[in-house]
Amino acid sequence: MGSFIATRLVRLVATLLAVSFLTFLLVNLLPGDAINALIPIEAQQDQEYVAQVRAEWGLDDPMLVRYGKWLGDAVRGDLGDSIVTSRAVSSEIAHRIPVTGELMIVTVIFSVLLAVPLGVMSAYREGSRLDQFISGGAQFALSVPGFVAGLLFIYVFAMKLGWFPATGWTRISNSISGNLMTVTLPALSLSVIEVAVYTRVVRSDLVTTLKEDYILSARSKGLRDGFILFRHALRPSSLTLITVVGLNIGLLLGGTVVVEFLFALPGLGKRLLDAIFQRDFMMVQGITVFVAMVYVVVNTLVDLVYLVVDPRIRKAD
Amino acid sequence: MADNVAGSPLLEVDDLRTTFTIPAGDVKAVRGVSFSLEQGRTLGIVGESGSGKTVLARSIMRLNLGSNVTTTGTAAFNGSDVLTRSPGEMRELWGTEMAMVFQDPMTSLNPLVRVQRQVTEHLCRHLNLNRAEARQAAVDLLREVRIPDPETRLRSFPHELSGGMRQRVCIAVALACEPSLLFADEPTTALDVTVQHQILNLLSREQTDREMAMVLVTHDLGVVAGRTDDTMVMYAGTVVEHAPTASLFADMRHPYSEALMRSIPRTSLPSHTRLAAITGRPPDLIDPPSGCAFSPRCPYVQDQCVNEEPPLVETDDPAHRLACWTPVGSPEARAAFEKNLAAGLQQAVAVDISAAPSSTGGVDG
Repeated sequence: MGSFIATRLVRLVATLLAVSFLTFLLVNLLPGDAINALIPIEAQQDQEYVAQVRAEWGLDDPMLVRYGKWLGDAVRGDLGDSIVTSRAVSSEIAHRIPVTGELMIVTVIFSVLLAVPLGVMSAYREGSRLDQFISGGAQFALSVPGFVAGLLFIYVFAMKLGWFPATGWTRISNSISGNLMTVTLPALSLSVIEVAVYTRVVRSDLVTTLKEDYILSARSKGLRDGFILFRHALRPSSLTLITVVGLNIGLLLGGTVVVEFLFALPGLGKRLLDAIFQRDFMMVQGITVFVAMVYVVVNTLVDLVYLVVDPRIRKAD
Repeated sequence: MADNVAGSPLLEVDDLRTTFTIPAGDVKAVRGVSFSLEQGRTLGIVGESGSGKTVLARSIMRLNLGSNVTTTGTAAFNGSDVLTRSPGEMRELWGTEMAMVFQDPMTSLNPLVRVQRQVTEHLCRHLNLNRAEARQAAVDLLREVRIPDPETRLRSFPHELSGGMRQRVCIAVALACEPSLLFADEPTTALDVTVQHQILNLLSREQTDREMAMVLVTHDLGVVAGRTDDTMVMYAGTVVEHAPTASLFADMRHPYSEALMRSIPRTSLPSHTRLAAITGRPPDLIDPPSGCAFSPRCPYVQDQCVNEEPPLVETDDPAHRLACWTPVGSPEARAAFEKNLAAGLQQAVAVDISAAPSSTGGVDG
């Protein structure tokens, strides 16, 4: 157990180093000089001023030197300042993360809550009309991008029915019910594909599990089907689901960018998008590394969840 | 347990047929089996893989899953047909009246559920025990199936137990609600030889102590010998010979039973004796051979065997039922064997070689 966690920690640090370096490299390879973001074009006539600003931001140093400096600050929690707003990148992230974090958590909860019953019903009645309907629906939902679902939901639930606001965000500290109203539609939009993926994963794993001898054995004990499904079959069938949820959290971060834009949410994804357009390389760098860290931490947690779910892994480690 | 109606057997199976519909056709796994079993008696069902013994047991327990299975005939348990029961009515029988020990204890216990829950979950459901009572019942059961240190073992997961231990747990699971009929489906096939004996003895002891009826399914004649009251030999989904175990071993009449017996390796034979395997393969159950299903592999085969299916009828001993035109030891059989040997029929030649190893060579390499 201890060595398991130690191994994961080493892997986490190595991953973060690699991600931050690659991001640094990519941001530097982007066309366009950061000086354009720092000084208006007309002011760039003043060569002396330009040279001074370049020296101030360290733009003339070799890339490795700049990366070293950035890394040295980053390990102390300082991700630098935004070139555009001059505010600390870390405080921008801290300000925005509650929105994106909540959006993602609610999305995962919605998706799992919908997908597990659908997958279980589908597997339990394998080959039936219901199964075909659910599997067909999942196939269709897979091909609906989040922003299309978002537009549809805005049209139906916000404009026609008026149940939810179309755009905007209410912070949870201001009003819990208001917050739930603003998170529902964006989370549902993101959930469409997630539900489809998870339903298929649950169904296919469960169909395999239901053919196991221990399920027959449970039946021969006179247990009810519902009990067998949820107390015997679901847990051995959930390992793939856990893996896929973990991996999908990374994809979800990408999805939030579009959905935050669509619903005008003040989240991290929207901030990242703005930063890219503004050539705010410190911001892009900071957000990317932060997101990578979340991703790696989440997947490490997923590995720990395996230990809880499957006692055989506990033993083997 | 069961209030048996006087005179009527606990289980009475009549013309049971089970068919699996697959794209290649209808697999007729059980083709008209009839037998009865009294309270407290034991029945051995013997046959090679694919002879329909497991499907028969599962058909009676209604455990053949899938929409492609059809079972016809009747299987009366305590006088009422189980084949017409609804799934809900079956659940009332499962565990409490009928239970099954499966072939492979490695796969028939849920790997993610602790032993305690697996042993007691149906107890809680059927007998409404609370947690403490269920726990005590589990400890008693594990002790009864001779698992050392039961309190600790309750906390174990199946992968922490040996194969023999797991099968003991499976037996405890099956016995938990005191069923009146226990099916043991090849309970020792997946176990080490040294453990097989212990598990069989455990089953026999529990069967005797609880006066329950037991159906012991096996491919090994050696397993039923001395352990069951009656033995039923199955081939290609039909019963070919059914007799009290003692009289079956004393007087084996069906050529298939004889072949099974002959194929058991014996230490009394000289080393390098050719193993008397049964020539040929089990028949295709989608399109079974005409006449007697064993005729293509039978050393005593004659024209009648190929053309007419022999019915299962009583012999001179009414308890001994047999489905054969040329029973082993009869003059017809001897004549047919001589004829087949002269014609060079493969299965007759093979029997001749293994019956007389020293004269035909193949000894001392």
